[in-house]
Amino acid sequence: MSIAQSVLDIAFGEMEKRAAGRVQKIKITIGEFSGVVKEALEFAFDVLKPETPASGAEVEIEVAPLTADCAKCGPIECRLNDLNLICPICGSTLHISGGREMRVDYLDIE
Amino acid sequence: MHMIPVETDILQANQHWADDNREAFLRYGVYVVNLMSAPGAGKTTVLEKTIGRLKDDYRLGVIEGDLVTTIDADRIAALGVPSYQITTGTVCHLDARMVHNAIHEFKIKDLNLLFIENVGNLVCPAEFELGEDLKIMVYSTVDGAEKPKKYPLMFHEADAVILNKIDLLPYSGVSLEELIRNVREVNPWAPIFPVSCLTGEGLSDWIAWFRLEIAEGNTRMRRRASAA
Repeated sequence: MSIAQSVLDIAFGEMEKRAAGRVQKIKITIGEFSGVVKEALEFAFDVLKPETPASGAEVEIEVAPLTADCAKCGPIECRLNDLNLICPICGSTLHISGGREMRVDYLDIE
Repeated sequence: MHMIPVETDILQANQHWADDNREAFLRYGVYVVNLMSAPGAGKTTVLEKTIGRLKDDYRLGVIEGDLVTTIDADRIAALGVPSYQITTGTVCHLDARMVHNAIHEFKIKDLNLLFIENVGNLVCPAEFELGEDLKIMVYSTVDGAEKPKKYPLMFHEADAVILNKIDLLPYSGVSLEELIRNVREVNPWAPIFPVSCLTGEGLSDWIAWFRLEIAEGNTRMRRRASAA
């Protein structure tokens, strides 16, 4: 719920800067390996949007996949449902290169 | 209608408060620990045992986070340590602004070690920086060996993992070896401390490591920088 509220606060801040009246679309990206579940976030928006300048807005949530790489061996395929950050080739620690994002990408305003 | 690019981190407001907190903690020389776990893993008991062994050597304070009640803050106050309870109502984690408000309730310059006991929750607290030096996760071994795989985020974010209630292992059918292997796979760098707060087993190893961390002033950022 506080994540959804933060998204709306960021959107309303941008709208204020541009004296925009309504927002029609909010596009955000949420990493697969973040503490946020897409469905729960969608529900939170449904609760928070009414009676705000975003009441009619579509919220598009793009889920960014988990990616990881090894300093020696390069990109290593990683699955969130069996996460293993030990490189299967050389045994060193993998670095997470994607999947932790939480970002507001753009707004469509009128 | 037109499109405006935003490209803004959703947690940026929290990050600003966390940076402010970190700056204040640095200014006053307070080492700060964020203690996280699922409900019932034994955070408060681990904290009591840790305080018992450290309170003669440090000037301690504790911030307690819970949805409701002051039961935990009362337990800490009973040890003669200043404590402040944040009741979050319906919010399932502490955020940096709540901590910012709470530190005004302390004479922060009188402290050099502050524990923040987060709301019991295995997911959300892991996403919110508070301005801490260390994130410590407490996990109850009897909750099963597979949880690090099912809920990897908090295990991944922890700077150390305390595996509590090992005295109950013989009755639980949980393999400590398998649990440690699973923690290691989602977090290859954090030290792991199997402990029992009931018998005291393992607590000395945890305390020795923790004292060294404080002494070296090893901040979270420096640790991650050297691990990368």
